[in-house]
Amino acid sequence: MNIGILSVQGAFIEHEEMLSRLGASCFEIRQKSDLIRPMDGLIIPGGESTVQGKLLRDLGLFQPLKEKIEAGLPVFGTCAELLLLAGSIKNDTRRHFATMDIVAVRNAYGRQLGSFSAEAEFDGLGTIPMTFIRAPYIESVGENVQVLSVVEGRIAAARQKSQLVTAFHPELCDDLRVHRYFLDMIRTNQAKDRGGR
Amino acid sequence: MENNRFELNKNLAQMLKGGVIMDVTTPEQAKIAEAAGACAVMALERIPADIRAAGGVSRMSDPKMIKGIQNAVTIPVMAKCRIGHFAEAQILQAIEIDYIDESEVLSPADDKYHIDKTKFDVPFVCGAKDLGEALRRINEGASMIRTKGESGTGDVVQAVRHMRMMQAEIRRIGSMSEDELFDAAKQLQVPYELVLYVHEHKKLPVVNFAAGGVATPADAALMMQLGAEGVFVGSGIFKSGNPEKRAAAIVKAVTNYNDAKMLAELSEDLGEAMVGINEQEIELLMAERGK
Repeated sequence: MNIGILSVQGAFIEHEEMLSRLGASCFEIRQKSDLIRPMDGLIIPGGESTVQGKLLRDLGLFQPLKEKIEAGLPVFGTCAELLLLAGSIKNDTRRHFATMDIVAVRNAYGRQLGSFSAEAEFDGLGTIPMTFIRAPYIESVGENVQVLSVVEGRIAAARQKSQLVTAFHPELCDDLRVHRYFLDMIRTNQAKDRGGR
Repeated sequence: MENNRFELNKNLAQMLKGGVIMDVTTPEQAKIAEAAGACAVMALERIPADIRAAGGVSRMSDPKMIKGIQNAVTIPVMAKCRIGHFAEAQILQAIEIDYIDESEVLSPADDKYHIDKTKFDVPFVCGAKDLGEALRRINEGASMIRTKGESGTGDVVQAVRHMRMMQAEIRRIGSMSEDELFDAAKQLQVPYELVLYVHEHKKLPVVNFAAGGVATPADAALMMQLGAEGVFVGSGIFKSGNPEKRAAAIVKAVTNYNDAKMLAELSEDLGEAMVGINEQEIELLMAERGK
């Protein structure tokens, strides 16, 4: 399995480390020419969503990645990337991939003093550690979206078919379960594809 | 809810990696920086080049001015306090700054003690010229390190020197046998545990950015290739002919620092670069403040 990690800005190395511990290979996506490699899944890491959104466009990555996601490429977004996938962001006029039917709130817990860690239930995984850094949350989801985790009454993880988002950073905790969940998602997706043909 | 502030503060710095933090003095400049792709801004009254030119005592910025910048952008906002001036740091924490830079660019308030940063909830970034300084700052609670470089000069030579020194010392510690680490800790004047971390991980325990004298996309790429995890750009942007274009070019240069072809394109037609001052022409070496 080969996972592309968007590496224009943010904590992409942390994701690479998680994947290598799980035995999955990965490569960095920094410019358009990186997209010629075969990709079974895409991770867009935490960072600053305004920076990533701008660089995606300036480096010619936006349209090709959007098309891949719309065509069903499994994608996993943490924190800032949740905002890149959100169909609607309540306190920001900018839209990015907008492929998920969710309403997100940006910097929803305030500035850095509002950052926190927690332990909470994640659907099917049990209780997992979660780190929220200047995090967004999901205010509401469409009917095709499955809520996977709720922290203090706010949606912290959700899935729509092969798109997975978490408001927290599983790559910052020493717990591989969410990354394993994403790899399982890709396998299921591939099995379905083969079955369909 | 369990909250380890130091971990969370280190984590915020991780999110800034691969990004450019820009000095700004007005809300308008902050918006230009954000639009150009800055991952954070440093709010200050005067950019280092002007601090250097003006001389005199340089202090923390007016909180009202910092708040104006906080309201203008959604990216993290940092601000500087003087070395050892914990009251300035308390004020910056009270206005919920995202990161405090305990900075040698301002006039030091204490010529012996740095701020005990473990007493604060907000994160601190500190400058360092070598591994010993970096680990001492981390031991005091800094959750991010940057090279000191020489701010406001547009001359990258000192940032290069500091980054090379730090990386060389990290490699040296990394290749030591374990029984040599105790003496290394003594020589560096830092706790053994931090030396052990560097030995085991071959890196600092926190994120390490380049700062001081970065003026061009090529400067930024140079620092990234030397091992920086991101770049601070101060006077280099708003002292140049075309700040918008130069800022955006430096952001892209940090992402694709290994692609010379792209760097060539980014370096084209940026207008006049900051004039700069050579190392030999400087009267005040800010990097010598706070060790």
